[in-house]
Amino acid sequence: MTTTDPDHGASQPVVEMIGIQRSFPGPPEVEAVRDVNLRIMDGEYLSIVGPSGSGKSTLLHLLGLLDRPTAGTYRLDGVDVRSLSERRRSMLRGERIGFVFQAFHLLPYRTVLENVALSMLYRPISRRDRIDRARATLERVGLSHRLNFEPTTLSGGERQRVAIARALAAQPTLLLADEPTGNLDSGNADTVLDVFDKLHAEGLTLAVITHDVDVSYRADRRVRIADGTLTEQWDDVPTPEAAT
Amino acid sequence: MKFRFGLRDLMTEALAGIAARPSRLLLTTLGTVVGVAALVSTVGLGQTASGQISERFDQMAATRVVVEPDEMEGRDGSIQATRLPWDAPDRVGRLAGVASAGIYAQVDIERARVRGLPIHDPRGTIDHDIPVVAASAGLVDAVNGVIGTGRFFDRGHDERGDDVVVLGRYAAERLGITRIEAMPTVFIGDRPYTVIGILDRTSARTDLLDAVILPMGTAITRYGLEAPDALEVRTVLGAAQLIGQQAALAIAPNNPSLLSVTAPPAPSSLRADVSTDVNAVFLALGGLALLVGGLGIANITLLSVMERVAEIGLRRSVGATRRHIAGQFVAESVMIGFLGGLIGAAIGVFVTIGVAVVQDWTPLLDERLAAAAPLLGALIGLVAGTYPAWRASTIEPITALRSG
Ligand SMILES: Nc1ncnc2c1ncn2[C@@H]1O[C@H](COP(=O)(O)OP(=O)(O)OP(=O)(O)O)[C@@H](O)[C@H]1O
Ligand SMILES: [Mg+2]
Repeated sequence: MTTTDPDHGASQPVVEMIGIQRSFPGPPEVEAVRDVNLRIMDGEYLSIVGPSGSGKSTLLHLLGLLDRPTAGTYRLDGVDVRSLSERRRSMLRGERIGFVFQAFHLLPYRTVLENVALSMLYRPISRRDRIDRARATLERVGLSHRLNFEPTTLSGGERQRVAIARALAAQPTLLLADEPTGNLDSGNADTVLDVFDKLHAEGLTLAVITHDVDVSYRADRRVRIADGTLTEQWDDVPTPEAAT
Repeated sequence: MKFRFGLRDLMTEALAGIAARPSRLLLTTLGTVVGVAALVSTVGLGQTASGQISERFDQMAATRVVVEPDEMEGRDGSIQATRLPWDAPDRVGRLAGVASAGIYAQVDIERARVRGLPIHDPRGTIDHDIPVVAASAGLVDAVNGVIGTGRFFDRGHDERGDDVVVLGRYAAERLGITRIEAMPTVFIGDRPYTVIGILDRTSARTDLLDAVILPMGTAITRYGLEAPDALEVRTVLGAAQLIGQQAALAIAPNNPSLLSVTAPPAPSSLRADVSTDVNAVFLALGGLALLVGGLGIANITLLSVMERVAEIGLRRSVGATRRHIAGQFVAESVMIGFLGGLIGAAIGVFVTIGVAVVQDWTPLLDERLAAAAPLLGALIGLVAGTYPAWRASTIEPITALRSG
């Protein structure tokens, strides 16, 4: 389980998208994602870059079974997701996929610890274990001192780290993160990215949306999305040093 | 290993959901509170008033319970019989609602006769065919007896088996005894008994007025009395039906069915005459309030679903199925309804007691009603929450997350 290089590992595609399209009926009709072909290998670390409104979040929702494509085929672990029942899709999300949402989606009126433990609520994990794991994960992102705070009393960066901890606490095998470092200073961003690196080394598959070139360069592979169309990025773009 | 999202998890989440907005929670329960309070107090005041009405019409009949030994044919065809225990008054006396109780028995004096020794009777003695009965100390109070002169015997006389008697008024007349200061004596057979009082009137068991009344203990030692014939119970107003149900079990816990209990019928017809109109109005208002309460819960739960769309999306993203989402909203509205029912029942009980105290009535309320009221509230919550919960469960995760 230490496949760091997808080209040489005996890995399987976790995600396989063929001709995926997602359009929102108008008027005017918006084609947020058009004809996307994407394959993510087991244990791969992928970054997705692209301008605002280009369809990154839409793509992430499709990847995470939160949305359904209007055309195309999506296989998750080799299974065409159209064949899955609603119940099975829900359970897959809970067991397999971790989300870090761009808007965090933390529950107000619930403490930080409860928010993180919530990610395991619908899984067969005892309450005590849920709390223990939530606490341990919060420690990892440097929030041990905020366990019983309500999200509304946290700074933007702290909220973001709670959202990250929530995604990680459930120990997903596929992590989908939408701008996970958007609100973080470089120190905290590094902490989070180091955690990602470590999990990646342990075999986690990651797809991370980012605007930050530095962040995108920590991935094995980068794809660019513009106007709903996906293209692979080769290393003819500036190096991280040059970009900053 | 544990079941995923068990009952306790559901309760915790639902509780957190409704506790997040306490002021709204109170407003949401208001309709149910008013409805349940109206129903409980209407029924409670109805029951209380029926007790009050029966007092006005016939106080004694409404408070008299008589227990007598009975026979029953057993399953194998044998006749089973029972006796009233000597301590039956003490046993029923423990029941709430019993004002006083006493036992009564006819005494077989065989061929003996009751004779008096009136001072002015020239022949000295006259034989009389006067019945002899035995009573416990509490009987006179249990039948609303009034002593004209002297006193009734007490527990001491009873326990010691003293040779004293109380004369019924007509028995005293026949024996020519009108005053007791001189401690007149009557003879039963050859044995003298001191007369300590004369019973002037009673409102039940008027045969006492014709009889010579012995203490129970005396009848046992002198005439070998084996068991009481009847237990007379006087209850507080309105409690007679209840005591009628409980008496047999209190007296003979092992075979209560062998006792025959006579209690006044529930004065439902009286209540029907007097308070049907009032009840109908209040019940209708209570029902209306409950309907409004249910609609209120449905409305607020629906609003809450709309407000918490992002939360629904988040829960779906961490693995909640549609059923989990629906379950949580139903559980929340059931809790709201239950809470409303609980508060409403408490208010209803207080209103009943308050009105009864002001009117100087005995408050009467079937406790089953008070217990059922929160369940009624929960049921209303269940019905009211179904539609919003279904709505919540059909929201697509993506819609839910985008709207947040
Ligand atoms: N429900 C919807 N109905 C109509 N249009 C939509 C809907 N959801 C998304 N869009 C449109 O799809 C396009 C892509 O949206 P998306 O959220 O994927 O952008 P993004 O790449 O994540 O942008 P950002 O970097 O600003 O987060 C946008 O133009 C948006 O207006
Ligand atoms: Mg986005």
